[in-house]
Amino acid sequence: MLRYSLKRLMSLLISLAVASVVIFVVIEIAPGDPASFMLGINAQPETVAALRTELGLDVPKWQRYLDWIGGMFRGDFGTSYTYRTPVAEMIADRLWVSLPLALFALALSTLIAFPAGIYAASRRGQPGDVAVMGATQLGVAVPNFWFAMMLVLIFAINLRWFSAGGFVGWEAGFWAGMRSLTLPAVSLALPQAAILARVMRSSLLDILGEDFMRTARAKGLSRRQALWRHGVRNALIPVLTIIGLQFSFLLAGSIIIEQVFYLPGLGRLVFQSISSRDLIVVESVVMLLVFSVILVNFLVDLAYALVDPRLRTRT
Amino acid sequence: MSLLDIENLCLSIHRLDILHNVSLSVAPGEIVAVTGESGSGKSMTALAVMGLLPGSAKATGRIVLDGSDLLDMSETDMCAIRGQRVGMVFQEPMTALNPVKTIGDQVAETILVHDALPRDQAMQRAREVLDRVGLPAARFPLSRYPHELSGGQRQRVVIAMAIALRPKLLIADEPTTALDVTTQAQILDLLKGLVADFGMGLLMITHDLAVVSDMADRIVVMRHGVVVEQGATQHLLAHMTHPYTRMLFQASNHQVTLPEPPAPTPLLQVQNVCRDYRLPRSGLFGEAGRYRAVNDVSFTLNRGERLGLVGESGCGKSTLTRAILGLEDVQSGRILLDGAPVFTGNRPNLAVRRKMQVVFQDPFGSFNPRHRVDRLIAEPFHLLASPPTGTARQDAIAEALTAVGLRPDDAGKYIHEFSGGQRQRIAIARALIIRPELILFDEAVSALDVSVRAQILDLMADLCATYDLTYLFISHDLSVVRTVTDRVLVMQSGKIVETGQTEDVFTAPRHPYTQALIAAAPRLPDLGAAPESDHPARPIG
Repeated sequence: MLRYSLKRLMSLLISLAVASVVIFVVIEIAPGDPASFMLGINAQPETVAALRTELGLDVPKWQRYLDWIGGMFRGDFGTSYTYRTPVAEMIADRLWVSLPLALFALALSTLIAFPAGIYAASRRGQPGDVAVMGATQLGVAVPNFWFAMMLVLIFAINLRWFSAGGFVGWEAGFWAGMRSLTLPAVSLALPQAAILARVMRSSLLDILGEDFMRTARAKGLSRRQALWRHGVRNALIPVLTIIGLQFSFLLAGSIIIEQVFYLPGLGRLVFQSISSRDLIVVESVVMLLVFSVILVNFLVDLAYALVDPRLRTRT
Repeated sequence: MSLLDIENLCLSIHRLDILHNVSLSVAPGEIVAVTGESGSGKSMTALAVMGLLPGSAKATGRIVLDGSDLLDMSETDMCAIRGQRVGMVFQEPMTALNPVKTIGDQVAETILVHDALPRDQAMQRAREVLDRVGLPAARFPLSRYPHELSGGQRQRVVIAMAIALRPKLLIADEPTTALDVTTQAQILDLLKGLVADFGMGLLMITHDLAVVSDMADRIVVMRHGVVVEQGATQHLLAHMTHPYTRMLFQASNHQVTLPEPPAPTPLLQVQNVCRDYRLPRSGLFGEAGRYRAVNDVSFTLNRGERLGLVGESGCGKSTLTRAILGLEDVQSGRILLDGAPVFTGNRPNLAVRRKMQVVFQDPFGSFNPRHRVDRLIAEPFHLLASPPTGTARQDAIAEALTAVGLRPDDAGKYIHEFSGGQRQRIAIARALIIRPELILFDEAVSALDVSVRAQILDLMADLCATYDLTYLFISHDLSVVRTVTDRVLVMQSGKIVETGQTEDVFTAPRHPYTQALIAAAPRLPDLGAAPESDHPARPIG
């Protein structure tokens, strides 16, 4: 297990190194010079050159790459071209919204999907299964911003349980913060839960057809006992894969939900900095997202090994 | 009094009759073998006793275990009986165990689910049972996972789970069919020993009549859901009354006569061939290991000769087959067909490839279900530079189908309309259609019922006479290899350990491995002479 973890860790580091080079190169290729963009089209060439020097755009590319990587190790992501504030601070502020939101949504989606998927699989073809599958079909088909608007209508405007948008900040207290994230998290979680429940169901159905389920029954386990003791854990592998993918999506892909609820999250930051050619912010956020995707994959790999002993001994 | 009494068991699934008035009984300490070909209902009989029939099945009659009728029991009561009073062992040991739980937990589960013992004692009992089935603590601690065990070892774990609570009745459904002969012999010995030690009744389901004759006290022969004949083994072997029983035993020992092979001229030459597989790297930058699946193999197959290749699973037979077909390159050595290499410049040599065809084991998996038979068997034409078209193509298809005993108008059908035996005929037609110089039969009759197998063997003998076939017959089944080959190669761990005329090798094996293989293979008793014990000589006077 330790050997397996170390190997996965090595491959994590290599992936990160490769990803950082790719991101740097791609951003460099992208058209638009930040200095001329900041100064506008009527700027004097000398002014642009001076700003380029100030921003550190005139040194060789490989040196800028090393500075960028070295800075990240020290927590220095550079200074935003547009806002003239440290990128690290900007990202950290947004992360305090996006990360809890993503985790909240993921927890909700898992809490809904597991029971729904297991219930549907254990009643395959019966009315309960048909009902759950119908609901998930709806969940997959309906876009999350529509859910968001419906939730706002019902719970914020009519019932007034939650506010319709904005984020109060964690300074207002944990529960107040969670409360302002609840509606966004639910609208993010519903479509994800629908997908996850379907994966859980089909994965479990595959397992229920396996020989060892029949062996379990021959030992005297009831259908229900066999399902819980031998089915669920074996069915988890594809489910874990989807959970990993969903987390990465939730962290950065929630821009529409952030817009609907006026949340200062990472998605909006990326959008704004791309439109204003604030390449250093884009670079840093993309690197952060790549890091989180790779880290989540690493965690999913570890979870695989916990679930399936066959992976632990594979060298 | 008997332990298990099945009386007039009838079973239907969606109004399709599966079993009809099946009656049989098992006494304590008795081994009763239920035999028959696929579709005879033997497995359904076993599942009916376990109460594990598919949900849509309707059973009538009586299944009396120790005085209580199992068909009247509720599902909860059946859960209490399964594992405790009846244990069951299945066919496929590779998939019968939960891959994510340790063998100790899985054996102990039988005990725990019946609340027979507290957890620590259950683990202790699991240990004892595993010891009993031949998995000692030193090499097989309770913390082992199934994937760390071989097929035979896994089957021992399955048996341990079934006998952990010393059930009075053990049901074994084809317990050794998926195992190699030497492993099969060990598992059968284990089962016999358990029956003798515990006084269990054993209801054994198997299609293998040699195993049946060797193991059973009584034999029940089934066909199409009906018991056609049953009786004490010795008696039944001596006095088979039903023609189906006689046919089964004859087909199991079917012999064919091959035409004399022509004077030897080499067709296929395999010279010092080695085939390595890369193992996963030991570390990220570590050296990748190698596994030598075929190790320095050399042999010559002469034109018109029928050569056998036998060996247990993992010995390298299939790897060698793929190399001969030019599907994979070899790491050293040469494979020549008619003097030309089968693999040149990273791809199969097409000029050579069109002289070879192959027939695989699985008659169900080796055809594209969406193509019609004419398209399926005409597939090898793509190897030819100018494939026949129009009527020439149709004539070739019709001829190939006729040659294998099918009708030319079968060409328009889909593969699902054919039985397993007919599909294997179609596979042979597909191989024959371009008149290859060499055919490889890779376990080509292993998945077939004995009566169908006998027909396919007859077909092969006929084709040998008509088409002067040259073939390499790869199989784990020694009795079949013995009858359809002139010469045989015995393979063990990637090496050819013995080679010789088939009859010589079988009557006087020289290599210890060949001797072990032949000794382990269950044999049908000679049915010509009635056993002495059945006809005790009456004292005169």
